Amino acid sequence: MINLLIAIVIGILILIMAIVAIHNKNLVVGIIAAGAVSLFASILYLLLAAPDVAMTEAAIGSGLSTIIFFYVLNKIKKQNG
Amino acid sequence: MVKNTFIFVLLVGFVFLFFNLFADFTGNTELNKLAGHYAESGHEEVGAANLVTAVVVTYRGLDTLGEVTILFLSAAIVSFLLKIETSSTDDRKLRTTSEILDTASKILVPVIFIFGIYVFINGHLTPGGGFQGGAIIASGLVLILLAKPLRQISQKLISIVESISGLSFVLLGVAGILFAAGFLDNKILSLGEFGTIFSAGLIPIIYIFVGLKVGAELSSIITNLQENQNEA
Repeated sequence: MINLLIAIVIGILILIMAIVAIHNKNLVVGIIAAGAVSLFASILYLLLAAPDVAMTEAAIGSGLSTIIFFYVLNKIKKQNG
Repeated sequence: MVKNTFIFVLLVGFVFLFFNLFADFTGNTELNKLAGHYAESGHEEVGAANLVTAVVVTYRGLDTLGEVTILFLSAAIVSFLLKIETSSTDDRKLRTTSEILDTASKILVPVIFIFGIYVFINGHLTPGGGFQGGAIIASGLVLILLAKPLRQISQKLISIVESISGLSFVLLGVAGILFAAGFLDNKILSLGEFGTIFSAGLIPIIYIFVGLKVGAELSSIITNLQENQNEA
């Protein structure tokens, strides 16, 4: 029961972060919010007894893809002057 | 206004659709035939304590080879699109790294690398495996690059590690056809004692190569992007 409640709270947090990622005008905030979506999703996977998937999601989803987005954003900003 | 109404109608439609799915949902009380076979006889057939690894590396080993190939392709495309200027002099004006980040990277990077290696060597015993370990190693590399953005990571070393581990992965798979039941079969080596590090036949060796390959591919994507930062 307590696990279900935590899962629902995490689901709501994922939705909030996803909405922030889409609607925030500042791209840096958007990228960090997208990373936070992955981070909460990995906690959810852990609660749903899938630790293998949780590790992949935490390392690739919230770690590496966030940093790749930042590199690309930096490059785009330079190209646009 | 029309657009908002349309979105609202669409949302109501989705709620209706998903509520019907949810109302009819009853969880499976028993595994289906294939999953039941994996769960019951996976221990004797493969000998891996972590059943996910048994499925990923042995039962569905060909899919893992495909995933690694896709990752290789995407890394190759990134490095093709971002051509590296060999004579690029880094004249970026960078803020000096903070003391905390600098010290933390010195202490944490070896620990992160060791943890990544632990994750893929113990892939057949504990959660995790080649992909996870490789991604953890690549995130250690990210920490190095955050602390020292001008540091050059040898592309040659990365490509050598990547090619050797990819080739060994395929060769071990072919050895499975010759010496055991089929492609990527793990019974070339004896299965050993269940639950120890030297068990599950070929799985730890295959996972070491998968981990090195994934780590090298992700690192090459990161370093390619990092080396291209000062070009317009």
